[in-house]
Amino acid sequence: MIDREQVLHVARLARLSLSDDEVQQMAGELSKVLGHIEKIAELDLDGVPPTSHVVEVPNALRPDEPRPSLPRDVVLAAAPAVADGGFLVPSPQAG
Amino acid sequence: MTDAVALTAAQAAAAVEAGDLDPRELFEAYRARAAADDLNAFVWVAGEAPGEPASGPLAGVPLGVKDLFCTEGVPSQAGSKILEGYRPPYTASVVARLAEAGAPLLAKTNQDEFAMGSSNENSAFGPVLNPWDRSRVPGGSSGGSAAAVAAGLVPWALGTDTGGSIRQPAALCGIVGLKPTYGAVSRFGMIAFASSLDQAGPLTRDVTDAALLFRHMTGRDPRDSTSIGLPEEVRLPSARRLDGIRLGVPDDLTGEGVEPGVMAAFEAALDRARELGATVERVALPHADYGLSAYYVLAPAEASSNLARFDGVRYGLRVEADDLLTMYTRTRHDGFGAEVKRRIMLGTYALSSGYYDAYYGRAQRVRTKIAEDFKAAFDAVDFVVTPTSPGVAFELGAKTGDPLSMYLNDYFTVPMSLAGIPAISIPCGLSEGLPVGLQLAGPAFSENRVLDAAFALEQALGFDGSGARQ
Amino acid sequence: MSDVAYEAVIGLEIHVQLSTRTKMFCGCELGFGEPPNTRTCEVCLGLPGALPVANAEAIHFGLMIGLALDCDLAPRSIFHRKNYFYPDLPKGYQISQYDEPLCRGGKLGDVRIHRVHLEEDAAKLIHLGTSGRLHGSEASIVDFNRGGTPLAEIVTEPDLRSAEDAGEWLRLLRTTLRRLGVSDVNMEEGSLRCDANISIRPAGTHELGTKTELKNMNSFRFIERGIRAEIARQEALLRAGEPVVQETLHFDPRTEAITSLRSKEEAHDYRYFPEPDLTPVGITDAMLERARAAMPELPAARAERFERELGLPADGARLLAWRTELGDYFEAALADDGDDAPEPQALANWLNELVARIETDDPAESQVQPRALASLAAMVAGKRVTQNAAKQVLDRLVAEGGDPAAIVEAEGLGAIGAGDELEPVVQQALDANPDVVAKLSAGDMKPIGVIVGHVMRETRGRADGGAVTRIVRQKLGL
Ligand SMILES: [Mg+2]
Ligand SMILES: [Zn+2]
Repeated sequence: MIDREQVLHVARLARLSLSDDEVQQMAGELSKVLGHIEKIAELDLDGVPPTSHVVEVPNALRPDEPRPSLPRDVVLAAAPAVADGGFLVPSPQAG
Repeated sequence: MTDAVALTAAQAAAAVEAGDLDPRELFEAYRARAAADDLNAFVWVAGEAPGEPASGPLAGVPLGVKDLFCTEGVPSQAGSKILEGYRPPYTASVVARLAEAGAPLLAKTNQDEFAMGSSNENSAFGPVLNPWDRSRVPGGSSGGSAAAVAAGLVPWALGTDTGGSIRQPAALCGIVGLKPTYGAVSRFGMIAFASSLDQAGPLTRDVTDAALLFRHMTGRDPRDSTSIGLPEEVRLPSARRLDGIRLGVPDDLTGEGVEPGVMAAFEAALDRARELGATVERVALPHADYGLSAYYVLAPAEASSNLARFDGVRYGLRVEADDLLTMYTRTRHDGFGAEVKRRIMLGTYALSSGYYDAYYGRAQRVRTKIAEDFKAAFDAVDFVVTPTSPGVAFELGAKTGDPLSMYLNDYFTVPMSLAGIPAISIPCGLSEGLPVGLQLAGPAFSENRVLDAAFALEQALGFDGSGARQ
Repeated sequence: MSDVAYEAVIGLEIHVQLSTRTKMFCGCELGFGEPPNTRTCEVCLGLPGALPVANAEAIHFGLMIGLALDCDLAPRSIFHRKNYFYPDLPKGYQISQYDEPLCRGGKLGDVRIHRVHLEEDAAKLIHLGTSGRLHGSEASIVDFNRGGTPLAEIVTEPDLRSAEDAGEWLRLLRTTLRRLGVSDVNMEEGSLRCDANISIRPAGTHELGTKTELKNMNSFRFIERGIRAEIARQEALLRAGEPVVQETLHFDPRTEAITSLRSKEEAHDYRYFPEPDLTPVGITDAMLERARAAMPELPAARAERFERELGLPADGARLLAWRTELGDYFEAALADDGDDAPEPQALANWLNELVARIETDDPAESQVQPRALASLAAMVAGKRVTQNAAKQVLDRLVAEGGDPAAIVEAEGLGAIGAGDELEPVVQQALDANPDVVAKLSAGDMKPIGVIVGHVMRETRGRADGGAVTRIVRQKLGL
């Protein structure tokens, strides 16, 4: 159903590193679950509209009115690494 | 003074109102019990009573809150290692609303990581024990809330339900759990699992408490676009009879896989309903059987996106690395538990190029069909009733090795989630000495009627949950 | 092969930051240049549990853009999530629109519009260089102030055929947006950003070649140079018999080098799906009504009106209409109903003189009031001040503002016409240049400039050249 290569591809999209054992196990488990999910392939769903929002909410828009922002020390308090008032990260280009 | 812990939340509130009970004593009595918790139901307990004695209609009756509700300055990790030590700078709307109504925060409750699970074994804080039998799971994902209420460690608690996460643990712990209509309660500040399904609701000792707590939870919140509130005020239930009420038992959702003891308790409850004047009919929900499949596409897909924000940049765990990609992948590898990773993978796969139509697109169409099934059913009957869960509380570790068998726990609860309709679980008896839940679902925004019917049935069934409260 | 003439096929994708007060999905105020991470909240930081709520004004601006570009406005549109990981994207997805955008189709000038949709801007990554903290590796910091700024993304059909066309059209778009008041459209500050999709094909053929995407050019000059360089690169490839590879490219304006941004292996899989946290946007009659009522006269219509009603030539009319601030200043000056209203063309000329003398793009930011420029033009037209003297007056106005009549009065710059005042000065000039007088008398009028020049010098430019010539003819009996 889902092979090693696919697991690695999906793990990369999801930014998850997986050990070899984990890849193996994941392939097995996902295949089993997907096997169950395949059930929906049986249904004739031609012309059935998709539901993305289950209840109708009329336009829920916000007036363009400012609310106070958070103080910067609060914003940065939970950050694993900080420099110069910003969130420190390895540069995307490097590596 | 009365034994405060023996009172339901509504009784305690009334006692405080009447001046028979000091809210600080009430808080302290529960705080002491919560602090001594040996079910691992809590991940945080308030250090002291709030300075100001609470005022408002909830009269200072303290509240347990599932870990995934953000509470300002208080740990809110959604049961995950990736949010280790995280204290949000803001409070979830529903928690703030309840605090304003006079329900102070007593404790944060344990849960399956990011609400993914049906046994509360997927928590970074370890599993929660079922107070009816400590070798068994309390259900999940709101297992901490359910166990704590059942054990009398809190008067009532908040949970969230995505595919059954309030109803199933309520059933397994012998208490009441209400999943409201999608949109009835604000999701702002609830750490998201699957946004189009998540809904907060009460876990309580009885139906009256559920109605009382829910009354102060519901309402439109300008900070949640999908919240609408209810068209009418929540009433405290008072029905004693079910005359003229038609209960529908779905043809397509019974039998297979249901434990005989559960079925027996369910059938007995239906008999009591008949005695109260209800009729019990078969009703067709032809697509409900596909609910679980659709759910296990839609919920993981949304989750894979909702959990992308846990990247080690702004909060939570980070595994340092020289390059960004490695920082991301190791952080997420170490921070997420096995079940969360499984669902992220499943959801990412279902949305990925070439698979969207076959999985996500089809699942959304199944969802349409299921919602239509319910609409048609409610033309024929007032409520749909099922067992809440196919089985009673199972042994810890019994299903951890087999994700699919774990997922089957949600078989009866998922269709209502997909349709966005309200459903309540009430205890309807025991099987092998363990509680069995009955699920009663109504059309969107019919909470008052659902609560009324559940109340009438509850009174007739006379379930005694005090055995779990020591 | 080498003789084949190629033509370029260019489509643009423009991201426009909308100038609402607050961000697209939260109440943080928009700003520019504040210290990092001082304009952020739980929503735009993507904190757990936070939810977006769409800004009604951004939708309103989107509708105005749709109306200005002659688009079909969708009665119902929805937001999607575009999923990818990057440090400037706090939620791991961008809320954007996908297959149900706010506006579809449309046209501006000669270029068809494919679609216009709304989305949120990413945050800003600031490269720090090597950081000891990370074992000598490269590090950046993220500033989320910009993150969540409302963007309108405008996508054209591939209707442009040259770098110059693209630049010209982009100017029209910029003026149109500025005129709408929906954006600062400042490329340097990043409020207008442009990507170009470029392919080439043998002139006269219709099949499209392989296209490349040139990313994020941040000034009009760079856009034209970048597109030109990319067209040249593709042409060189084809002439050498090599294929153009579909890829995303970066143009370095300093070196003119074009480099590949992503390899094919990194091809994105954005896993779009409908944003469950936001409900569909339904465009009501009231919203449409409000957008229509807010529509100003747009540059194309304005240019046409300047031509038709004011008799300006097409070029001049465009010049004023396509730069909103010039058009506004021009109309303000024209509306000044003093004793003698200026003639439009003359006023336009004086506006050009003014623009050449000031540093800002907007003459309204100068010391010169529109009323002052209008009155200066009127004084010249009424021959109360000469062209030359008027330029001196304008210099003074630019330097310190004020009223031109008062400056003329104070400086004695009033025109010296025929009669008592001018006659002796002309006589003095004739006396000083006997050789010129001789030539003039002999019928050779060429050297009359010498006399006029002499008079101008003596009068500091206040003399009317025509009057001087008349007096000379009169005196010499010509
Ligand atoms: Mg875009
Ligand atoms: Zn914000």
